[in-house]
Amino acid sequence: MTIAFKPNESFRPPFAYSNSDAGILRFPFPFPSDAYMYSVNLEPHVRGGPTEAFSAVFDVDEHYIAECRERDLVLGQDPKRCLVLPHMMSAQWDTVELIMESLAEDYPDLFSLERDGDRWTWTNRPLQIRDAFVFGEANSLPCPPFEYITRQAQGDFTLQDQRGGDLFMDGGMVTTQADWSLAFDLGMSFHEWHGPVPLAHEAGVFDRALQYLLRLQYGKPVRRLNWTLTVNPRLDTSPENYPNWGPDKTTVTPANVGEKLHVRVELQTLFRLPRSNAILFGIRAYLASFAELVRVPKWGRRLHRVLRDLPPELVAYKGLTRYHTTAVDYLAGFDDGAATTFGIAPESGLQEG
Amino acid sequence: MTMQAGLNPTPLKLRVRAIETLAPRLKRLSLASADGTALPPPPPGSHLTLTLPIDGGRTRSYSVVSPTHERDAYSLIVRHADRSRGGSAYIHHHLAVGDLIDSAVPTSQFSLHSLARKHLLIGGGIGLTPLLSFLHALQIRGRALELHQICRADEADAFRGLLEPFAGPDIHLHTGRAGLDLQAILSRQPLGAHLYVCGPEPLMTAVEAAATSVGWPASAQHQESFGASGGAPFIVRLARSGRDVAVGEDESLLEALEAAGANPPALCRGGACGECVTVVIDGEPDHRDHFLSVDEKASGRLVMPCVSRAKTALLTLDL
Repeated sequence: MTIAFKPNESFRPPFAYSNSDAGILRFPFPFPSDAYMYSVNLEPHVRGGPTEAFSAVFDVDEHYIAECRERDLVLGQDPKRCLVLPHMMSAQWDTVELIMESLAEDYPDLFSLERDGDRWTWTNRPLQIRDAFVFGEANSLPCPPFEYITRQAQGDFTLQDQRGGDLFMDGGMVTTQADWSLAFDLGMSFHEWHGPVPLAHEAGVFDRALQYLLRLQYGKPVRRLNWTLTVNPRLDTSPENYPNWGPDKTTVTPANVGEKLHVRVELQTLFRLPRSNAILFGIRAYLASFAELVRVPKWGRRLHRVLRDLPPELVAYKGLTRYHTTAVDYLAGFDDGAATTFGIAPESGLQEG
Repeated sequence: MTMQAGLNPTPLKLRVRAIETLAPRLKRLSLASADGTALPPPPPGSHLTLTLPIDGGRTRSYSVVSPTHERDAYSLIVRHADRSRGGSAYIHHHLAVGDLIDSAVPTSQFSLHSLARKHLLIGGGIGLTPLLSFLHALQIRGRALELHQICRADEADAFRGLLEPFAGPDIHLHTGRAGLDLQAILSRQPLGAHLYVCGPEPLMTAVEAAATSVGWPASAQHQESFGASGGAPFIVRLARSGRDVAVGEDESLLEALEAAGANPPALCRGGACGECVTVVIDGEPDHRDHFLSVDEKASGRLVMPCVSRAKTALLTLDL
């Protein structure tokens, strides 16, 4: 597999970001039908799915190099975006093992791992990294093990410890988040960190999801999709940096909405880890502009219907209120009313952009 | 080398690399992957579910005793059960070096508490097996621990040999329960200690009673049973088809259902995970699981077929 990386992309002003035609078609479009509501939409995380984004344990795409550089920029400004509590050291090594082995297996031309007992050598060709270290000895790596490997992966990661029939967010690398803070949530229980979500508590979604996750089996990871909208191709929409991106919401106009508004999809994966019995939660964010997505006719129609009919509570919770009408008006121009097929996969190729 | 740490949709194919007799009724097995690749790391406290060629193919679970970082082979210790349901008898009398066995990926329902100040481990007989994998993990993490293991006098040498790699002032081997003052051991533990017990039901009941009597909170107590241990035969009626299935004294309710072609979902097969929970329509269950709450057990409306049985001659299930 050859990936044409775009190392000069920028996720902060001046923005420089786009998806290739293949990049649009592999997008994990989040709506299998024309209406959206919260559900326990978990499924086994197996290789293969409705688009190419589901083909690997940890998906690597054309934005890989640029996203790793963006992570480095965020950490340089705010080192507390990576926090792991002391009792999670074995979970740190579990994460190193899982991500290195998975990347080496899925992308042998990009990554390789040589193991001689506990002496490991890791090669990351896109980032030009080659390090020999002793598995289990934290000071044999240039930085703590969890930070080391998550600096080389796209998307955010959190570590959940399991104790007394609950899950606790006891670590994470969070630089590309949709308006939540690891430093605020660190140490919280499952219901505590989900506290702000509307409607879903009453529906029992979190009670059922917790019971399911407490029984998550090693070797049988699961995944789900979540979504929101983001103004500009910005990955770091954190509470810490709200002054930088909050005002962007006022800049959406009928003339620029197609290029400015992006659907942000999170391909969320959950893995039981072997040594620690903790859960690794991967939150892999994908961005595509409205103008890119409407080139898939089915997605243009569906995005219009979902946003038009979104419950007001969700419009508010996802922070869409200010530009919701502008977005729906734009998308109406790509919805001819035709029926759509169930599922995420496109029905046809791309329309000209 | 192909690694499968991330996704293991397919079962493992294992080859028997070595069989070692530790005592007349104890054998240690070493199981490598059939194609020589690295195996998924076995979690501490995990068990391996093997498909053995008895009765046309039955699954049996055994604790993995080797450390998580050993990925060339899994090590198991199997006791020839006094009333074997076929699995341990097959392993002791028929299994040979070179044989191939299908296995699920090792999974754990019995895990170490990450914030425990100290880990108190109490094992009875073959209940030592998950505790051995805990000892490996605790040694690597440098955590405070204390182990009390009970064994039969004629097997003391074998158990001493198993504990030899961990020998020290905190590792204690007792021949029989008489010399073990549970109240004293449990009373002298520091605040923040966690208790792990694995052994026969009477030992687990005694430890739980002693711990509760000296003020241990339930949240600091962890138990793992051997799973089904047989009992009086009974009949299970499948309400949806009206069929009756006999459950023999040496097989579990789950095994009888599977043999009859009714395959309820099942995972841990040890009464812990909750996967096989089944609705009871009539009859009284004999609960032996660690999953249902006290209230749920008292209601008699649910049963875990992997370990639980019936107090009545007939048990009618919503299957």
